[in-house]
Amino acid sequence: MPGMFIDVKVSEAVAGDAELSAKLVEVCPVSIFAQVENEPLQIVEENLDECTLCDLCIEAMPKGAVEVRKLYE
Amino acid sequence: MAILIDKNTTFIVQGITGREAVSLTRENLAYGSKIVGGVTPGRAGREVYGVPVYDCVRDITARTKVDGAVVCVPPKFTRDAVFEAIENGIKIIVIVTERIPRLEVAQMVELARLRGARIIGPNCLGIITPGEVKMGGVGGPAEDTRKAYTKGPVGIMSRSGGMTTEIANTLTAAGLGQSTAVSIGGDAIIGTAYAELMPLFEADPETKAIAIYSEPGGRMEAELAEWVAENDSRLPIVAFMAGRFMDEMPGMRFGHAGTIVEGKADTTADKIERMKRSGISVAERIEEIPELIQQRLAESR
Amino acid sequence: MRFYEYESKELFERHGLPLGKRGLAHTREEAREHAEQIGGPVVLKSQVLSGGRMKAGAVKFADTPDEAAQLFDEILPIVVNGQTAKSILVEEKSPIAQEYYVAITWDGRRKLPVLIFSDMGGIDIEEVAEKHPDHVSQTHISTILPFTPRLAKEAIGATGVTGSALNRLTPIVTTLVEIFLAYDLTLAEINPLVRLEDGRFLVLDGHIDLEAEARDKHSALVEELGIGADETRQARPPTPFETAGAKVDASDHRGVAGNVVEFDGDLGLVIGAGGGSLTLFDAVRKHGGRPANYCEIGGNPSVKKACELTKLVLSKPEVAKIAVMMNVVSNTRVDIVARGVIKGVVESGRDPAETITIFRIPGSWEEEGFKILERYGVEYCDRSVSMYEAAGRAVAKMQAES
Repeated sequence: MPGMFIDVKVSEAVAGDAELSAKLVEVCPVSIFAQVENEPLQIVEENLDECTLCDLCIEAMPKGAVEVRKLYE
Repeated sequence: MAILIDKNTTFIVQGITGREAVSLTRENLAYGSKIVGGVTPGRAGREVYGVPVYDCVRDITARTKVDGAVVCVPPKFTRDAVFEAIENGIKIIVIVTERIPRLEVAQMVELARLRGARIIGPNCLGIITPGEVKMGGVGGPAEDTRKAYTKGPVGIMSRSGGMTTEIANTLTAAGLGQSTAVSIGGDAIIGTAYAELMPLFEADPETKAIAIYSEPGGRMEAELAEWVAENDSRLPIVAFMAGRFMDEMPGMRFGHAGTIVEGKADTTADKIERMKRSGISVAERIEEIPELIQQRLAESR
Repeated sequence: MRFYEYESKELFERHGLPLGKRGLAHTREEAREHAEQIGGPVVLKSQVLSGGRMKAGAVKFADTPDEAAQLFDEILPIVVNGQTAKSILVEEKSPIAQEYYVAITWDGRRKLPVLIFSDMGGIDIEEVAEKHPDHVSQTHISTILPFTPRLAKEAIGATGVTGSALNRLTPIVTTLVEIFLAYDLTLAEINPLVRLEDGRFLVLDGHIDLEAEARDKHSALVEELGIGADETRQARPPTPFETAGAKVDASDHRGVAGNVVEFDGDLGLVIGAGGGSLTLFDAVRKHGGRPANYCEIGGNPSVKKACELTKLVLSKPEVAKIAVMMNVVSNTRVDIVARGVIKGVVESGRDPAETITIFRIPGSWEEEGFKILERYGVEYCDRSVSMYEAAGRAVAKMQAES
């Protein structure tokens, strides 16, 4: 489920990669990403609307792997 | 010219890796400020937007000239951080942190007095000399800061950080720029009050008038009124008084820690009366400030 | 945060200050028992956070335990400056030879604590200072150098006190200064401090104010004295609405969305920051608006916090609409507040376009914020509309509906 204002999509390649996923968890200042061992990356739905549009997740990943969508546009 | 800081001022940010300090650092750099280092114990070797991080203030002052420090560490550690800045020879210290117990603030102010340093804050957004430099969160992102602040003849002093920018924005919209704006902090005890900044504005040829934001609590407005009367100030002053409704609710605290009305002598009605008597114009609304300043400037010509 | 007299005395006693025999009574039976144990004449004093007890008849003397029980019933319901007591302090009555005044408070101008001493205690100290200035001394105290007894001695001696009284007063005054500094107090006052006919000194009445900012630092003391976590000790006790507001603010460390004070109007306010809220509250009232609450948002609160505060404001049945206003913001973000408020309105089952009379928060990230407001059809304005005008628009919308 997307948030009311923000949705974040992560490519399957990144979500399945433990190392890249860990990086996403680390860079996000509002804890939108979460990791459970041996499972693909999870999006914490209740934190989606806290997104500050800082782009740190986008910059930390290969081009196009993370998409931050503003649902009000 | 301006007061307190200019484009050559160098400063450090203490607590530079924290959430609010990171944005403040980015915004200050983008506005043209010279941040020569940051301090977060245990994080030496890191960088924040190109600013090197050190463990101790001494590690920076040993290498380069440091005029000022912006302190944004949690309340529990603020006193130690400020002592560290003072004892390493830093002369102007902006304390952003709020909710510091009064006794600790007094200790910082007392040490600063002994060492010839000046404290602005705590619980403030810092200082800005428009078009040149800012030191602290005042104005927010550089592009927003440029919308609200422009260079000009009005000095601003405000107990409220937010209202510092509101007043600047109103002046700018009316074509009146600012020489230096100082968010002095909202606590009951602060490093530098209105009356203590007045001699600096008085000595600054660029400053032609003063706008202040004031609110209930404390004796700061009374002190300013006395200073103006005793020193025959050349500067016309226009004050905006907020929190008039609080006169009906003694003993309640609204807004900043400094606003609690403890005695009869600090109601807004008393303050307004006292300021008017010493020749300070008092605006009912923020948008009256530019016109009152223009009037006063025209009279003094 | 003001302490009751019995709490102040408990703290004084822990530090060795001399106090009379006493007990706190919550019922007439307890009052009788304390009087019996004390033996002899007693004084009953209503425990309220206000001066003027004597004038209101809430301090009375009893010669017997039966009389103490009867006076308990008389004093308990007396309202003193809007405050009603939950308990009565029963204390031994002592024959007094001389009354003194001693207090430490802050001098905001000098930015130092100041010790005030007078050998004319028991009456209004400001009046003494005016009429008998040579009987009041003011001594500033360093916050860095240690406080030593010679400063107390000088403060006492300056009012003309000498002999054994000077020597017996010095340690009492020194201890009071130590208490003031140790607990981050904003006021430590003993009035009167008395010399009895037998030469002993006693603290007859005391008043302590702990700084709100230092409450957490001294949570152990606060708990030991039995002060509840939700006791704000302001001029009146908090309403359930205000307590809920404090919970919203405490739920998340990011920014401020709280400092809620309840009023009885119909226009809900989501306003900020410290100075902005004072300005906006005045403006709403000046336009004839009737605020349902005061509050403050600032310091860049999370979306969740702004959302919860909005829901709380809308939870009052009489609140038909809200106004969302701040000064030009620096660190708080327009888009983050817009998200939180709209979410709060929607989660309250209301339509943002209908419910939000005006959104006036210009500044940091305003372009992004305005996009959100447009998407939900909320009326907003930029920095060209003053805070005063924005408040006027909100009030006009309320009046058009009623």
